[in-house]
Amino acid sequence: LRDCIQTDIRYLSGWKQWKRTSSKSLKKVLSEVKELSSYLELWRHDIHSIEGIYCLMCIFPHSMCFCLLNFIIFILMFSFITLPSIISEYGIFNSSFAKVQPKHIEPHCTVYKPTGNQGLVYFYTYLKDLLSGTGFLEVTELFYGYYTIDAAWLSTLSYNLPLAYLLATFAYLALSLLWIIKRSVEGFKHNLVHNEDQFQSYCNKVFAGWDFCITDPNAAQLKHRSLQYELKTDLEEERLKQKIAERTTKEKLRIYSLRIFINIIVLAVLSGCFYSIYRATVFSQENSNDINNTNFQANLLVQYLPSIVITLANFIAPQIFSFLITFEDYSPAFEIRLTLLRCIFVRLASIGVLLFSLWSQISYCDTDKCKACGYNYELYPCWETQVGQEMYKLMIFDFIIIIAMTLFVDFPRKLLVTHCSCKPVQWYGLQEFGISDNVLDIIYGQTICWIGTFFSPFLPAIATVKYFIVFYIKKVSLMHTRKPAARPIRASSSNFFFLVVLLIGLVLAFIPLGISIAHIPSSKACGPFRSFNTSWAVVPATVLGFPTGLQQVLNSIASEAFAVPFFMVICLVMFYFIALAGAHKRVVEQLREQLVMESRDKLFLIRKITEAQRH
Amino acid sequence: AYKRFSELLPREERENLSARVPKSQILTLPELRANPFQHRICHVFSTSEDGDDSLSFEDFLDMLSVFSDSATSDIKSHYAFRIFDFDDDGTLDRKDLEKLVNCLTGQGEESRLSTAEMEQLIQNILEESDIDKDGTINLSEFQHVISRSPDFASSFKIVL
Repeated sequence: LRDCIQTDIRYLSGWKQWKRTSSKSLKKVLSEVKELSSYLELWRHDIHSIEGIYCLMCIFPHSMCFCLLNFIIFILMFSFITLPSIISEYGIFNSSFAKVQPKHIEPHCTVYKPTGNQGLVYFYTYLKDLLSGTGFLEVTELFYGYYTIDAAWLSTLSYNLPLAYLLATFAYLALSLLWIIKRSVEGFKHNLVHNEDQFQSYCNKVFAGWDFCITDPNAAQLKHRSLQYELKTDLEEERLKQKIAERTTKEKLRIYSLRIFINIIVLAVLSGCFYSIYRATVFSQENSNDINNTNFQANLLVQYLPSIVITLANFIAPQIFSFLITFEDYSPAFEIRLTLLRCIFVRLASIGVLLFSLWSQISYCDTDKCKACGYNYELYPCWETQVGQEMYKLMIFDFIIIIAMTLFVDFPRKLLVTHCSCKPVQWYGLQEFGISDNVLDIIYGQTICWIGTFFSPFLPAIATVKYFIVFYIKKVSLMHTRKPAARPIRASSSNFFFLVVLLIGLVLAFIPLGISIAHIPSSKACGPFRSFNTSWAVVPATVLGFPTGLQQVLNSIASEAFAVPFFMVICLVMFYFIALAGAHKRVVEQLREQLVMESRDKLFLIRKITEAQRH
Repeated sequence: AYKRFSELLPREERENLSARVPKSQILTLPELRANPFQHRICHVFSTSEDGDDSLSFEDFLDMLSVFSDSATSDIKSHYAFRIFDFDDDGTLDRKDLEKLVNCLTGQGEESRLSTAEMEQLIQNILEESDIDKDGTINLSEFQHVISRSPDFASSFKIVL
């Protein structure tokens, strides 16, 4: 080796040597800059410290991304909706607004007197209003009902607020969709490449597993742990695969029938939860509209009843599911995913049931006067604000529950376990670090935010603050009160799965929004869509104002003559890509077989060599 | 590189071109400090007749050139084989593999794999790499495995 290098050096001229040293110093500078910039990433240090101890699916970077996403959504809604309203309302920059009286509407539909607090009120009224979004909060920009402007005039430019409201809603939904798809594509590619049964995964991990560039003892510790976890996970999965392959037919039958039975139980539990949420919402709506009820605590309890029932359901159902799934005998990774899916379904569907029961109350119409408005104008003169209030209550209650659980359950538990050495307490032990719970919390909160932003444009700001605070609380709680999960889990595939579930949440958020915008008549007493039948009607109205040529183009795009061929073309493109992916997979298989062949050839040659050497 | 090496020598020996740095000093280098294979690296690159694993400047340069970017894969796999061969018998047998895995998962009792897991892991490794099925991995088998490993070149690298 030394001789090779010495011969090299002899032939290098002075210029080449200088080039070599300068490129080396440049490389060094670049690597130092990279290290510095990694320190600037938000929360990177915190995430590393958590990674170091638990080395598990890092949902905490997701918290950071959601913070950012919610902040961007808030900026979007603020700049396009709130800012013009405020500017024109207060006449800044020589602006004014126009409130068009809606035509063809019965006068009784337009009566809306939100009872902002007048005169001297008790202090706790403010607290109640803060927690439930009524009273003084109802008339602020927090809720839909404030934006009762039809057009804002900035000197000579007119700003169509209803259209802006609708378009901003679509914009933030599209933004969230794009962001999730972009992140899941990265995860999908990574998954596809690394999930394939690796040809030599064990050798690769053992011989090339240690990165010799590690200089920091802490980083070395992290690497040791991650290597240990990876090896353990691989070995466990292999053991399970063997066990599954060795099952006899009789065992298979037993397991499948058991699984079907357990799924039926799961369905029964789910329907039970949904029915109780429905009853609770109906009860809460009926009793909170009773103005004579001045008992503060009872009123608050009734207001928060749906949130309480949902939280209870979200707490009990996962316990039941994790108990049941132990009987179903799946591999650990699949177990986690299935439980997560079921719990996610409970959470998201409970929001859906809440909204559905609200709508059934809102659209319940038995008098002719009510039918003229299209919705229950007596109880819900401004129903969008009511829905916004429910979403606001859900979010606040979620926030309170997370803080309360951490403060009043985790810390005392840790204190009990460390100081009291009685047997039942020790057996109960510390809470394990449950990834599923944290993932569920994030997805639940985010879905509420997505649905609620249409009805309450300031909700993303609240969500941003909430995620920020929750991150630090959970980090402290994690460091001090949790112990690592008994089963090691792989990070990369869980990451992709988490994004898929998030996508499900977003799609589920589309449905209530779509129904609210397009199907249910908008309230005539408040909001930017008073003069329209439904919120969606503002778009056709705007289109009618375009020049005829553009109108014709837009009409043709929306017609069937365009939609059906477009759909067929999309299907063809999809088939093409699927066929391409299949072809690539076949090529990979063939190459792999070639490699196996080569090693056999080598084996043959080595044998020949050893034989020849013997003679 | 000479600057780094001379920092490790005590002051009076700095002018001596054939001075040797004892192993304990070498191990204070940041690049080697956190490495679980530090002892093996010193042993492999040391040309000392006393067997005390001390490195002269030429040994030091050897080590750096093997771990640099410009070393070929052949050279790297050759030296990697020698580093992983804990009992220096020219083949990687079960005991060598066991020690290797223990180095990777870290020091301390709770970071080791259980005996059953170790058995399973070593079985898998031998299945994947032992071509002539003699229960050990010799140099050519090792180089064969390394040539198909995508991460080896990027991980077997030390940059001063």
